[in-house]
Amino acid sequence: MNFRAVRAIYLFEMARTWRTLLQSIVSPVVSTSLYFVVFGAAIGSRITSVEGVSYGTFIVPGLVMLSVLTQSIANASFGIYFPKFVGTIYEILSAPISYFEIVLGYVGAAATKSIILGLIILATAGLFVPLQIHHPWWMLAFLVLTAVTFSLFGFIIGIWADGFEKLQMIPMLVVTPLTFLGGSFYSVNMLPSGWRTITLLNPVVYLISGFRWSFYEIADVSVGLSVGITLMFLAICMVVVWWIFKTGYRLKN
Amino acid sequence: MRAMSPIISVANLSKTYGSGFKALDNINLEINRGEIFALLGPNGAGKTTLISIICGIANLSQGRVIVGGHDINKQYRAARSLIGLVPQELHTDAFESVWATVSFSRGLFGKPKNPAHIEKVLKDLSLWDKKDAKIVTLSGGMKRRVMIAKALSHEPQILFLDEPTAGVDVELRKGMWEVVRTLQASGVTIILTTHYIEEAEEMADRIGVINKGEIILVADKAGLMQKLGRKQLKLHLQGRIDAIPAALAPYNLELADGGRELIYNYDTKGERTGITSLLSDLRGAGIRFNDLETTQSSLEDIFVSLVRRT
Ligand SMILES: Nc1ncnc2c1ncn2[C@@H]1O[C@H](COP(=O)(O)OP(=O)(O)OP(=O)(O)O)[C@@H](O)[C@H]1O
Ligand SMILES: [Mg+2]
Repeated sequence: MNFRAVRAIYLFEMARTWRTLLQSIVSPVVSTSLYFVVFGAAIGSRITSVEGVSYGTFIVPGLVMLSVLTQSIANASFGIYFPKFVGTIYEILSAPISYFEIVLGYVGAAATKSIILGLIILATAGLFVPLQIHHPWWMLAFLVLTAVTFSLFGFIIGIWADGFEKLQMIPMLVVTPLTFLGGSFYSVNMLPSGWRTITLLNPVVYLISGFRWSFYEIADVSVGLSVGITLMFLAICMVVVWWIFKTGYRLKN
Repeated sequence: MRAMSPIISVANLSKTYGSGFKALDNINLEINRGEIFALLGPNGAGKTTLISIICGIANLSQGRVIVGGHDINKQYRAARSLIGLVPQELHTDAFESVWATVSFSRGLFGKPKNPAHIEKVLKDLSLWDKKDAKIVTLSGGMKRRVMIAKALSHEPQILFLDEPTAGVDVELRKGMWEVVRTLQASGVTIILTTHYIEEAEEMADRIGVINKGEIILVADKAGLMQKLGRKQLKLHLQGRIDAIPAALAPYNLELADGGRELIYNYDTKGERTGITSLLSDLRGAGIRFNDLETTQSSLEDIFVSLVRRT
């Protein structure tokens, strides 16, 4: 194991975050605060509570997940796309490091960033509404699992993308709709039953449901199912990454 | 490992790009430990492709490459740690400092921190006063030297320089070659490509010529010059002649400068150059000359004639 290489990549990526601090941390915090103002204050004044929790409080886990998801994908996809784009990837490919170590460096850094971000957003939310976390360890576990899984997903997008458009296409056309329709702002149980069935095909529902359960012990689906679906998605991403490196897809041809 | 075993050995290597284009066709090549090897070839010949495969940047389609006794696919860690690569294109991070980017390379190759080594590399490449500068603020020639510094940061035994002097001014180019010679003296094997053929002529121990994906020649530089080097003897005549006398026909002389000059081409590899008999036959034909000069074809001439022939 070439730990020094993993460390070098990891620190390089983290340094990029500090350089772009404003964009990396400040802007998601600002947009989350806006969500609170719009959804929490405006809509929350009409919907007083969801399953015994005030609306403002109810949406916190969903909001955190929303940012963690999108930021994981954005960080990881950009992190690997950029060296491909400017050509500095040559050095990574010619270094004595394994695929696993490359992924560990890039995905590790992307996940770290979005976990930090998730926690900052959580703290920001605490300024607006009272929070309680029934299962803090589960909460952290969901946070880490989601960050890692979607960073891996972002890594795949970054390798697949051969232009900035593609880089933004998947997050915009697929991920954002799925997260918005995934129960960030409502309980799936509030939907008419037809919609409810369709919604259950959305993997993000399981993430948000599990995450919300760790806060308030209310869930749309069972916690075991949430963990299971997330792990399954993680496994799929891992297989794809393995395939990418095995064939050199878009990297070595 | 025997001291004389090649440090790189490429066997039956072919590369077909995803587009279906065959960039390398059955390449066989051995690089000796400690030599400076110049790979020459016209644009698109496949030099960069060959280097990319050896360094792990591109997949090979067929064949086998052994670096320092390690297969580049099966034992990629051992193989790659021996190699430093300076690619043809300037690929640098923009906002990193010179020091940070060079240190990063060392880490990437799994070497423990060694500021003294990095300081030495930067000083050797006249980059020391730029160590804290962001890379965007550097000139093209400086960026190229940063890339060389990155490649040297992890103390490689083999250094690939893919057109290292493109865009580097004359003085710095000299400095660069000094660095290369020092490296060679310390036992580093150097493989370089260049379009400045005088450079190869001056620097290299051996030369390989590649054209359209095939190695068409590998030779000792001195041997090559001798083997293919043609010499030319120019005789400045005292008077003018209108035609070459029939007695001199076997020499295939050319008449130049309006009949005031005779040119004789001969091969240095031949046992006899024919000069002695030519001179006596000239005297026999009554042709007198007041000066003579010989010129030897340069590597560039050799190169051009080789590439044209294929
Ligand atoms: N990624 C690629 N996909 C398809 N074809 C490629 C690719 N890279 C290079 N080629 C082709 O392979 C051939 C060899 O290219 P290569 O870059 O190895 O040449 P070169 O000898 O380094 O030339 P130059 O002196 O211009 O640097 C060229 O015809 C080029 O068009
Ligand atoms: Mg080239």
